[in-house]
Amino acid sequence: MLAGYGLIGLFFIAVLIFSLALVVIPVVLRYLGIVPARPGGVKQSVFECGMETIGRTWVQFNFRYYYYALVFLALDVLFIFLYPWAMKLRELGAYGLTAAFILVLIVIIGYVYAWKKKALEWK
Amino acid sequence: MPDISPLLTGHLPAATAAYWPGGYWGHWAFYTTALITFALLMVMGAIYIERRLLGRMQSRLGPNRTGPFGLLQPVADALKVLIKEDIIPQPADRLVHWLAPVVAFVPVVMIFAVVPFQKGALLADLNIGILYVVAVSSLTTVGIFMAGWGSSNKYSLLGAMRNVAAVVSYEIPLVLSILGVVLIAGSLSLNEIVLAQDIPFIFLQPMGFLLFFMAACAEINRSPFDLMEADSEIVAGFHTEYSGMKFAMFYLVEYAEAIAMSAIISVLFLGGWRGPLLPPWLWFVIKVFAVFGFMVWTRATFPRVRIDQLMAFAWKFLLPLSLINLFVTAIQVLTIPDAPWLVFIINTAVMILLVIIWSGLFKVGWGRVEV
Repeated sequence: MLAGYGLIGLFFIAVLIFSLALVVIPVVLRYLGIVPARPGGVKQSVFECGMETIGRTWVQFNFRYYYYALVFLALDVLFIFLYPWAMKLRELGAYGLTAAFILVLIVIIGYVYAWKKKALEWK
Repeated sequence: MPDISPLLTGHLPAATAAYWPGGYWGHWAFYTTALITFALLMVMGAIYIERRLLGRMQSRLGPNRTGPFGLLQPVADALKVLIKEDIIPQPADRLVHWLAPVVAFVPVVMIFAVVPFQKGALLADLNIGILYVVAVSSLTTVGIFMAGWGSSNKYSLLGAMRNVAAVVSYEIPLVLSILGVVLIAGSLSLNEIVLAQDIPFIFLQPMGFLLFFMAACAEINRSPFDLMEADSEIVAGFHTEYSGMKFAMFYLVEYAEAIAMSAIISVLFLGGWRGPLLPPWLWFVIKVFAVFGFMVWTRATFPRVRIDQLMAFAWKFLLPLSLINLFVTAIQVLTIPDAPWLVFIINTAVMILLVIIWSGLFKVGWGRVEV
């Protein structure tokens, strides 16, 4: 089984080299004079909507999926735990089903609470 | 000289390394080359199919001048972007801007490592295959966020933020609808899941298929949910400031993701490589393109949703329905494991009933969606 993970690791290295090559080839072609490189003021400005951009981009601002991310964390951790349960349900039987149902129910109460508190609204 | 005759007759060798001349390394070298080539060829096919099908659906021809039936159009596009000037905006973070396409591209190709093309014909038959797919497929978001952040463009950043929000929301229904398949198959290995499908799981899990398809469309930003590159609102989203080969890599990522998700859907729900008469890998390719064609159809049919509708759809429609589906399936697996047609009838009825009832909760078209 470990050999499988070794194959995945080697495959990762191969894909990484391949995709780096894709990015580097145009650079090589630029030095060969095939790809043009004539940077200039207007060309290198940021395109937003036609007007000149105002202020910096990297400022503090309110990203709205903070609550979603919190609920996501709770739910996703739970559902990853359900994978081994789902695999072995036939052996676990009715007892396993009840146990998982109670576990999910606890988290679902939190989910319904978040829904009722309007945490799942994009404002 | 290795014996390549099985390849020509369409019977790929099994994943056991012992089969290969050169053993482990021979196996790795063959599948690495084959998978990267497969991904690139499928992306070219997908681009061609998407443009031609969209053209037909919009009563126009689509690209038909380059080569026979326009078949060489993707090749011509690839050559064109290769010799385009690479423009990086002056205030951008150059390192992040450079690395973003690489970070986005690698995980997408990594998905193909566990997809079976035939009985046992895959790079690595991991016993946690589908969990690996879930883990790796969402990593692309990091690359896309890097692109949005590194471009120093407010619209790009907004697009990247929207993408993170969409992936975070749609990950949950995606994971949950896979669980139904795992319950029936009793294994996480994609190879085992295909072998368990004497009846394609789309019949046993109709609602699971529907939910997975919609969640996957949102996860890879296919059209009804492509808010991160909504042209009418935020120019082109995260890749506004990209040109040349780096832009082409994002294009590649988009279509490779679509192909990867189509492959996962056909493995989980449509029986993977199984089918009569034709060689198995050909069945697999046909099924992948069929699912992709369905995605193109949805793109041509539905208008783009708004961001609040997108989030409400994930959290208030897909999530409760997939939870109900999960427990209905769990009860069926324990009580009626040997009656697939009964399961089919019950699940279809449950699907139609739930979709109709739950849709009644939503009022779309009069401003903000409130549930």
